[in-house]
Amino acid sequence: MKDKIAIKVDDLTVAYNFKPVLWDVDLSIPEGVLMAIVGPNGAGKSTLIKAMLDIVKPIAGTIEIFGKPYKKQYKEVAYVPQKGSVDWDFPTTALDVVLMGTYGSLGWIKRPGKTEKKEALEALEKVGMLEFRSRQISQLSGGQQQRVFLARALVQKASIYIMDEPFQGVDATTEKAIINILKELRKSGKTVVVVHHDLQTVPEYFDWVTFLNVKKIATGSVKDIFNDDNLTKTYGINYKVSLLQ
Amino acid sequence: MSVQEYFSLVFSDYTLRTITLGTAILGIVCGMLGSFAVLRKQSLLGDAISHAALPGIVIAFLITGAKTSNTLLIGALISGLIGTFWISGIIKKTHLKSDTALGLILSLFFGFGMLLLTFVQKMPDAQQAGLDKYLFGQAATLVESDVWLMAVVMGISLLVLIIFWKEFKVLHFDPDYSKSLGINTKLLDVLITTLIVMAIVIGLQTVGVVLMSAMLLAPAAAARQWTNNLGIMVFLASLFGALSGIFGTAISATSNNLPTGPVIVLIAAAIVVISFVFSPGRGILFREIRHWKNRNDLQLHKTLYFMFEIAKTHNDISHPHKIKILNNFQGYTRNSLKNLEDRAYITVDGPMWSLTQKGYDKAMNLYNQQDNTHD
Repeated sequence: MKDKIAIKVDDLTVAYNFKPVLWDVDLSIPEGVLMAIVGPNGAGKSTLIKAMLDIVKPIAGTIEIFGKPYKKQYKEVAYVPQKGSVDWDFPTTALDVVLMGTYGSLGWIKRPGKTEKKEALEALEKVGMLEFRSRQISQLSGGQQQRVFLARALVQKASIYIMDEPFQGVDATTEKAIINILKELRKSGKTVVVVHHDLQTVPEYFDWVTFLNVKKIATGSVKDIFNDDNLTKTYGINYKVSLLQ
Repeated sequence: MSVQEYFSLVFSDYTLRTITLGTAILGIVCGMLGSFAVLRKQSLLGDAISHAALPGIVIAFLITGAKTSNTLLIGALISGLIGTFWISGIIKKTHLKSDTALGLILSLFFGFGMLLLTFVQKMPDAQQAGLDKYLFGQAATLVESDVWLMAVVMGISLLVLIIFWKEFKVLHFDPDYSKSLGINTKLLDVLITTLIVMAIVIGLQTVGVVLMSAMLLAPAAAARQWTNNLGIMVFLASLFGALSGIFGTAISATSNNLPTGPVIVLIAAAIVVISFVFSPGRGILFREIRHWKNRNDLQLHKTLYFMFEIAKTHNDISHPHKIKILNNFQGYTRNSLKNLEDRAYITVDGPMWSLTQKGYDKAMNLYNQQDNTHD
């Protein structure tokens, strides 16, 4: 593992209406890992990545992306929000959504041109959605919508990919396709952070893991820290790795 | 005057031309910006803003004593903006839901506006007469300078939408994602909201406080039915807005005692109804037709499949069978038999039917599809 830190979170505290959602979280994510953030419902997983992306303003603490604040590094980061966070009846097509991934690097007034379109089509092909490019997005299945979101992040050509439950409500084929792409990204040296719900697949999919339940419980390589002790500390009941299988 | 006469006069008569141009431009601005109000699920915001503008109009009159529309509209703009920012403040700072905040500000400002209006109208001199026209609007009072103001607002809106087109698109589809792209979403929010407030304010004189939000929403809601492309939607909404303005003015000008504002709104509403029923992709009519056709096809396929099961017991698939044996099969009717014959899936000869090669292939395909869904 390389020593370079991709994302560094220091003393992060976030609260909604005085109720702390994240409490004093310290976290260093090394470059080149494929990391799962796991924890029970309401553990603050989504909030943590939204704070990393400067979408949620923390009460205290700092976040650095390759040593600089997010505002200066947004081109290095691609975000895949939860599929349920948008209205899929928006008047637009699959290709158009993927093109949105190029908006950050285009200046004002400039529209996506031939180069951008070519990149978007390549990304759609990579996620197996090329033939659906002209579909209105509400006509896509849940798994297809998730692939479109992934393709949109891919065209950003970022170094860090942050995803909020990309496997939620998708079919088995899509799950496989997505995880293969994520593993490919890691192979090419990218850092991938995924909010994940299915504990059973953590050892198979990821090499790095963070346990979170308002506070950070543990973070490190799956080999070292994905054990009964940390599962129990995070989920509060007597969890055992052996029971997951 | 008939509608035809109206359209022949519209280019020569100064008053008619001014009013028609004014309502058409107003329709364009409202359609353009209303599309975004609808997409950001803030349909009610327009209603709150227009009602919130009323006290501003009366206060502007009380302070300046002037009744020129520009002065009063500045008052409307200021109080509309205050109402808008109070609404977003309430949503952000309290636990109240947005519909509650909208309702609260709407009734508070409108109530205060009505109070002031009543007070002003009881004042001894006749100066104040006509302020109440802002409740339902009075297009006949439009003069050239009002139309110029509308044109300027249209120009500004168009310019802003062209410059920030892709930013507005991604902001309205996926706000969190647009933040992650480094887009200044706060600035864009303020920009689009300010434009919407301006659109409402310039419409108050024509359509009035009470009905103004319909001008904003109706063309956009109708346009959404016809397209799945944001650009086309905005264009269609502008077109529908302009048509409502022009025809509303024409109808109210040709028959006495019909107020322009409400007629414009009714035309817009008629366009909405037509769009909801007749649009090919999302309209109720075509959906029902598709539904009915699917059910019919399904019935037919069931019969065809039943025949296939019988036919495949023979070496020759076109071996004739008695029609009678179908009688026990539910879904079989004379009509469905005729339908199958029309599609060349079977041939009928007296009391016998036989499957054609085409019918055999079709049924075979149905069989395969059924098989696929099972695994």
